Amino acid sequence: MLEAIGLECVRGDRRLFRDLSFGLEPGRLLQVVGPNGCGKTSLLRMLCGLMAPVHGEIRWEGASIRSLAEDYLATLTYIGHLNGVKDELTALENLRISSALGGTHVDEPAAVSALEKMGLGGREMLPAKVLSQGQRRRVALARLLLTEAKLWLLDEPLTALDKAAVAFVESLLAAHLEKGGLVVLTTHQDLQQPGLGTRRLELGT
Amino acid sequence: MLEMLRWVIRRDLVLAMRRRSDVLTTLFFFIIVVSLFPLGVGPEMNLLRTMAPGVVWVAALLASMLSLGRLFSSDYLDGTLEQMLLAPQPLSIVVLGKVAAHWLVSGVPLVVMAPVLGLQYDLAADALLILTASLVLGTPVLSMIGAIGAALTLGLRGGGVLVSLLVLPLYIPVLIFGAGAVEASASGLGAEAYLSLLAAFLVGALVLTPWATSAALRISLD
Amino acid sequence: MNFRDIAWFKYSSPASFYFLAGKMIPWFWAAAAVFAVAGLYIGFFVAPTDFQQGEAYRIIFIHVPAAWMSMFLYVVMAGWAGIGLAFNTRLSSMMATALAPTGALFTFLALWTGSLWGKPMWGTWWVWDARLTSELILLFLYIGFMSLQAAIDDPRRADRAGAVLALVGVVNVPIIYFSVKWWNTLHQGASISLMQAPTMAATMLTGMLVMALACWMYSIAVALMRVRCIIVERERHAQWVSEMRGQLK
Repeated sequence: MLEAIGLECVRGDRRLFRDLSFGLEPGRLLQVVGPNGCGKTSLLRMLCGLMAPVHGEIRWEGASIRSLAEDYLATLTYIGHLNGVKDELTALENLRISSALGGTHVDEPAAVSALEKMGLGGREMLPAKVLSQGQRRRVALARLLLTEAKLWLLDEPLTALDKAAVAFVESLLAAHLEKGGLVVLTTHQDLQQPGLGTRRLELGT
Repeated sequence: MLEMLRWVIRRDLVLAMRRRSDVLTTLFFFIIVVSLFPLGVGPEMNLLRTMAPGVVWVAALLASMLSLGRLFSSDYLDGTLEQMLLAPQPLSIVVLGKVAAHWLVSGVPLVVMAPVLGLQYDLAADALLILTASLVLGTPVLSMIGAIGAALTLGLRGGGVLVSLLVLPLYIPVLIFGAGAVEASASGLGAEAYLSLLAAFLVGALVLTPWATSAALRISLD
Repeated sequence: MNFRDIAWFKYSSPASFYFLAGKMIPWFWAAAAVFAVAGLYIGFFVAPTDFQQGEAYRIIFIHVPAAWMSMFLYVVMAGWAGIGLAFNTRLSSMMATALAPTGALFTFLALWTGSLWGKPMWGTWWVWDARLTSELILLFLYIGFMSLQAAIDDPRRADRAGAVLALVGVVNVPIIYFSVKWWNTLHQGASISLMQAPTMAATMLTGMLVMALACWMYSIAVALMRVRCIIVERERHAQWVSEMRGQLK
């Protein structure tokens, strides 16, 4: 389904990895691990097409993601290191706009209920600048409840989250895999939930 | 596609309204620069009248350039720009939406203010009309060309000064025909040719610049 | 097969180009010297004294070729940069980077000699002549290109960002030239153009063409030297560079 073939990543003067190949089938989760600066974020940015690999190719259902362009983007959701949450907008506005950018138009009640499930009930109308770091992360992750994308690319989704939120996000991942979705995520934490069809990819070794 | 355009414009307008001081800063910069010239060259009305179109246009150029910093950089810093690049729509649409919002916020106030400043320079009523018309056609071009420079310098040290170096030479044709329109009408030559050329620039920029800006954004985020 | 893995021709790899360029540079220097001597000889001794402008006109033997080169090099630079952007060929982008300072130098030279010529012709160092003004704007474009590339640390991003700027510039240059010309006629009426010498003697034209050839050869030689420096700098971790360093020791 998702295939990476012979990827090479160079940042500045350093070659972070080369000849990196893997494949991921529906219903599976790929956990990318490794020390800081080993290219985890770069790999994720390559997988979503933000960054072009120096060598190698990424394929989705057999076709290169370069040639698929917007069709590929429609099948994925990427939540990066940065939350993409605007200080001046309310949690609700942030969620609706980021969903719209991702191609899913969400009406207000649906967005409110997603935020409630993420544990932000009653804070929908607060501007994001008064939210804590973990709460902003939740606003960003709330998009996962609304998206119809098949491929989730998550960069450190669990940072700054408390235990309850981590468990909730893991249950979301499990539900997504259940439906035949694919997940690639980077994290330093070990995933607690059993039954996540986890494969590990170690970088920087 | 139109849906996306609407979302982007609306979002940027909401953001601008919640950061009103930024918008006002650009406008006051424009007003102050235009008002400084008589203090520098003396209050001789005939001289001021001939200088007015050029002064107003140069000030508009500088004001529009100053506001370019806001166009992409805050979205770049908080990660929203990544999400925009990943939107399953042509990136040009997002760019067009952002530039349109930028023009509404930074260009339109200049257009509205220009006739008032023209009065300081004792411009005749029809010259004021032509000045406003030239700004209506020209300032969107400034926003669109400026967007390329803003996208290229994203995240670079000294990006603000650099962007002026890249963008100001490219503004020259707009300056020449914008200010030229007012001068031509003042000297009785008729400004139609100038205004239609500005309109042609507008159409050309509309077709070409979103594409160049998208390419620049992809390069800057690579 | 990946598009950029195709070996277009042997010397598109920086390493082999480095050595090829090293062999070519002396020849281009020699050609530049020969043409320059011949061109200057024609310019100073063969070409007749102009009956209107006296001896001062002889500066066109530098001025006109420099102005030609400045515009031509911008187009060549944009061309290389565009190829580098489209096909991801590193060497083409390096060529663009290497050409920029030479182009800027010729632009400056054209401005300087134009101003030196303006003094005896019009009695001022600077006139807002359409050609001089366009040349000045061209200098700004070159400076913008070089500053943008200098501000970006990552060479790949620098190449590609510079390419977008150069291409935008190359689309704009005709528009700028046309608008400056329009502006000039509106404000000054018909002005004396530097190029419209009333009787351009055939020897003058020959002199200018030979000098233009000299400038060509010089530009190629200097660009190749600069490209060699850029190659070594960017490939400093590659094996062939360390081998070469080993031989030098």
